[in-house]
Amino acid sequence: MENGEFYRRDRAWHPPGFSLDYRSTSLRSPRRALLSLGQSPADLSGPVFGHGMLDPLDHDLIRNFGTGDEAIGERIVVHGRVIDQNGRPVPNTLIEIWQANAGGRYRHVRDGYVAALDPNFGGCGRVLSDAEGKYAFRTIRPGPYPFRNNGSDWRPAHIHISLFGQAFAQRLITQFYFEGDPLIAKCPIANTIRDRAALDMLVAKLDLENQGPFDHLTYRFDIVLRGRRSTFFENRPEGN
Amino acid sequence: MPVEPLNETPSQTAGPYVHIGTYPSSAGLNVRTQEKPNVLAAASTKGERIRIEGAIYDGAGSIVTDAMIELWQADADGKFPGIWGRAVSDFKTGLWFFETVKPGATRTKAGAAEAPFATLMVFARGINIHLHTRMYFADETAANAADPTLKAVAEPHLQKTLLAARATRDGQTVYRFDIRLQGEGETVFFDI
Repeated sequence: MENGEFYRRDRAWHPPGFSLDYRSTSLRSPRRALLSLGQSPADLSGPVFGHGMLDPLDHDLIRNFGTGDEAIGERIVVHGRVIDQNGRPVPNTLIEIWQANAGGRYRHVRDGYVAALDPNFGGCGRVLSDAEGKYAFRTIRPGPYPFRNNGSDWRPAHIHISLFGQAFAQRLITQFYFEGDPLIAKCPIANTIRDRAALDMLVAKLDLENQGPFDHLTYRFDIVLRGRRSTFFENRPEGN
Repeated sequence: MPVEPLNETPSQTAGPYVHIGTYPSSAGLNVRTQEKPNVLAAASTKGERIRIEGAIYDGAGSIVTDAMIELWQADADGKFPGIWGRAVSDFKTGLWFFETVKPGATRTKAGAAEAPFATLMVFARGINIHLHTRMYFADETAANAADPTLKAVAEPHLQKTLLAARATRDGQTVYRFDIRLQGEGETVFFDI
């Protein structure tokens, strides 16, 4: 039984709050050390989302803007598995995604990038992992875009992804990139992660064998959420 | 070799366009407009109706207008799974709010009484990994004095960053909770 607390988050593996090269962090990173606490029932529980809230097109960003026409761009399916640090599937967990369109423009009142909006693309989707932790969604590959940082820096093509897991302690929002993109190594946001192996976990891999023939390319992106300790013998004379 | 668990997928900032995926109507998208994830008390929900509101300040004292905030709290009986919500900073004023009920007192796994509180998480551009804090109710003086987390925070000027003051406005109970990301009055954030 894994019903103990979650493993400590390795804060050196995650990006630090302050990163010199990602300027937005300079005024938004706490100066005091985080206060370490034991986990309470609030951290060991979390919201439960069901299929009832999902629209049948929520996982299809090519069609879910609802105009009746399809989005423009390189058609892709992203699939993978959500597991925990013990390698066990994380089933029925809500996955939310958002992204720019094929030209690198977000459908957001605050995005003023010169690239055109796609009338048939919203850039917002969600899906639940299945009983084995597997998930898949269909979209177009987002374009890179510039942002004001050290002059004009460029974001590699990326998709934002949000996961709830089974307890609020597992909450994670991150971004994933695409294998082979030379902009990853140049991106100040990707490089807030200091360990090369950690950044590599955010690179979706081309999965050519699982393409949709004459339709779409497929990328594989697996996600690992925090694992839970076993509580041996605790009120369990029979062990676990 | 010792046993090593797998590495967790690392975090990245939620970015300035976090609204698209998490609260699309606030980004100007005409989708999921029926969802109001910051209005949490239905007619049937048990408990005292309250509004929790606040602003987020950066290290220069400027109001953050692009954050997304999540709330997780016990229900009025102090039970989990409890009440989850999500709000966004107003693009002009920076104000965010939840319409919810006051959570009941809870207990730690070890059985110690906890004062009522709400967990809040902040996601935004420039925040590489979400910030986790707790909001306590300033009028719960006795419960707060005995709360193990507030005791762990120890120093009164740090405890103060976790307390929301109660007020009444237009007949509604309002708790104000400002979050300071950096510098003077910096909110206590937790590593849970």
